[in-house]
Amino acid sequence: MDILIAGVGGQGIILASRAIGAAALKTGLQVRTAETIGMAQREGSVVSHVRLGPTTTGPLIPRGRADILLALEPAEACRYLGYLKPDGRALISTTPVVPVMASLGATPYPLDDILGYLRNNIAGCHFLAAPDLACQAGSHRALNMVMLGALTNLDLPFPAETLLAAALKLLPDRVHEVNRRAFQLGKQALEV
Amino acid sequence: MPELLMGNEAIARGALEAGIRVATAYPGTPASEIMATLMRFGPGAGVYAEWSVNEKVAVEIAAGAAYAGARAMASMKQMGLNVAADAVMSLAYIGVKGGLVLVVADDPGPHSSQTEQDTRLFARFAKLPVLDPSCPREAYEMTKYAFDLSETLGLPVIVRPTTRTCHACQDVALGTIPPRPPVPGFEKDPRWVIMPSLSARQHVWLNRQQRRAGEEFTNSPFNEVRLNSPAGVITSGLSYYYVTEAGEHLGVKLSLLKIGTPYPLPEKLVVNFLKQVERVLIVEEQEPVVEDQVIRLAWRHRLPVEIDGKHNGYLPREGEFNPDIVAAALARFLAIQPAGTPDRPGTPTLPARPPLLCAGCPHRGSFYAFKQAARDRKVILTGDIGCYTLGAAPPLEAMDTCLCMGAGLGLAQGLARVQPDTRLVAFVGDSTFFHAGLPPLVNAVHQQTPIVVVVLDNETTAMTGHQPHPGLATGTRQKKIDISQVARACGVETILTADPLNLEETLAVANQALAAPGPALVILRHPCPQVAKPAGRYQVDETACIGCHTCIKELGCPALRPDGNGVQIAATCTGCGLCSQICPVAAIEEVV
Ligand code: SF4
Ligand code: SF4
Repeated sequence: MDILIAGVGGQGIILASRAIGAAALKTGLQVRTAETIGMAQREGSVVSHVRLGPTTTGPLIPRGRADILLALEPAEACRYLGYLKPDGRALISTTPVVPVMASLGATPYPLDDILGYLRNNIAGCHFLAAPDLACQAGSHRALNMVMLGALTNLDLPFPAETLLAAALKLLPDRVHEVNRRAFQLGKQALEV
Repeated sequence: MPELLMGNEAIARGALEAGIRVATAYPGTPASEIMATLMRFGPGAGVYAEWSVNEKVAVEIAAGAAYAGARAMASMKQMGLNVAADAVMSLAYIGVKGGLVLVVADDPGPHSSQTEQDTRLFARFAKLPVLDPSCPREAYEMTKYAFDLSETLGLPVIVRPTTRTCHACQDVALGTIPPRPPVPGFEKDPRWVIMPSLSARQHVWLNRQQRRAGEEFTNSPFNEVRLNSPAGVITSGLSYYYVTEAGEHLGVKLSLLKIGTPYPLPEKLVVNFLKQVERVLIVEEQEPVVEDQVIRLAWRHRLPVEIDGKHNGYLPREGEFNPDIVAAALARFLAIQPAGTPDRPGTPTLPARPPLLCAGCPHRGSFYAFKQAARDRKVILTGDIGCYTLGAAPPLEAMDTCLCMGAGLGLAQGLARVQPDTRLVAFVGDSTFFHAGLPPLVNAVHQQTPIVVVVLDNETTAMTGHQPHPGLATGTRQKKIDISQVARACGVETILTADPLNLEETLAVANQALAAPGPALVILRHPCPQVAKPAGRYQVDETACIGCHTCIKELGCPALRPDGNGVQIAATCTGCGLCSQICPVAAIEEVV
């Protein structure tokens, strides 16, 4: 299974990809990931490639081959949509992070067009107001956990508890409660 | 049970298992996590690990340990090798006793670097063997092997991962960390004293070692041959996986020569392979290091094989490879149709999202104040390498040059010499100041070139992931070096300090420095909010805000967002208070 995680630097994407990788490893799958670490982490566009299962491939997913697109920001979902396979599924946080340049009016941010385009071009598209749920859980920083919780509804090769445990292991004890709540809220938000 | 390790962690683990005694490094993306890992696990295993002041010093310290027969490792990014080049070039002639491994991480793209230089090419220039890992697992294995190879050849060995190995995670099956072997000790011998006569002899030896290394690599498990068809691929490093995946998707079975030892190339292995194929495509990221050697071998052995690669445009010499670039090249080589990608027309215009200074970054205050002070003067602002390079972006636009570590101070002096009517301000980070800022500072004082050096002291090496530097004492046995004392000892007469989040104070200091007759040094100190605890939060009083958006337009803090006619402050605000200091109607207040 190939999962592409997209978002903005500072949203906790590296933790998300590590948690998925660790949960997969626990389940006995082989793992390859590629992360964005460096300059782009400062509010730039960032992406993690996560590849699970027996594989003879490199860490980067080829275009048009990701099974799941997990996007923590709508414009970033759009930017990386080319990686999703035709019948792939996507889980997208709909709350925009407007870049400073767009605030200054130097670059457009057509949110409605973006959301419409995503809805029309992805067969299995799930929208989620993830930052609201994160704040409800107790911290805007738990956005990544909301998304991971929601992701567990998309037929992952391991149970939700394994993912939650793997994610919490990467976090300091004092934030476990908030993050556990965020994970549950995300999970429930998408449950049918 | 294998562990999920980042390539850099795998390299560190390999070094620990190989029995290193000393590990040194200067931070640099994508190599920094190697030392971060060694700092965590090294001391417990009896390893001395340090963040050195720069890469040259790091290599010299590691070499010193290796002179005494201990195993040592220095890690850095590709441009760090340029800083260390003086030591490395001579070290190749002198050789080592204990295994010395230089891990030099390349950054094709580039993602976080000034150049896309290829360390394999540097290795060839320095006449040092280089290993090119294709994945974290292989990086781990290669690092362990590199120490043995270094001792067999008596030469430093370079391991060259790229970003996609350094910052990739993989399940790695680990061995055990053995107890440290005793250090044989330094033996006094003229062989350690480089002199022209010794260099002349050693150069002959060094060239002989190139052949030995090539022979050594002939049976290396890091090189692999698969014979399947008259069409073949020779590939080095990570590109191997792009080739195998593209082959699977295109449904072709090719002959394959995977090279893990790009220099010196194992000649016999390559010639044998070339004899068994009719055509080859050479797939390697960055420079045609393997390709040039293969072309030469084919010509020398009069082999009638067709060679495609970078020289005839099958693959680019610039930028980072990915599975799609390699798949397209392979399809062209085989004259077959590449696999299509889904078509989703009508993509809306997306906002550009370049990296920015974080919300609450103290550099924002530094740049804002100096731009204000420079308004009525002719000023050039030279910059340097670090988070603060992002000060070049709008709306601050407070950086007119950026070249390499420490260059801002030198460039400023050259500009000042030919533009006497212009004031030169050189911004340099605290870590960069120690790394490469001291010699140009001494030079400016000695030559009395009137530049203003501004040390942006955020008490960390922020860009690369917040490593310490000599201006801090993080370990119990470290001594903190005070920047103002250093400047005073260097003879700087005007030394000023301010908190960059206090705009009034910073502006006053900036004006004073710009008016100083000789070289001046300003220290703008405030800890990076990514390491220090946020001071609090600010909010906008909607009734007072007049919607002028001055705060957004002038500061560009990512926590400030237009909200109709007002402004909203996002939860990412760290309470630096800069926006409240520039709001013309005092509509921004601290949340109490
Ligand atoms: S106080 Fe103002 S400038 Fe500082 S972080 Fe908060 S919003 Fe940004
Ligand atoms: S990491 Fe620290 S120094 Fe770097 S941009 Fe962010 S706040 Fe500024």
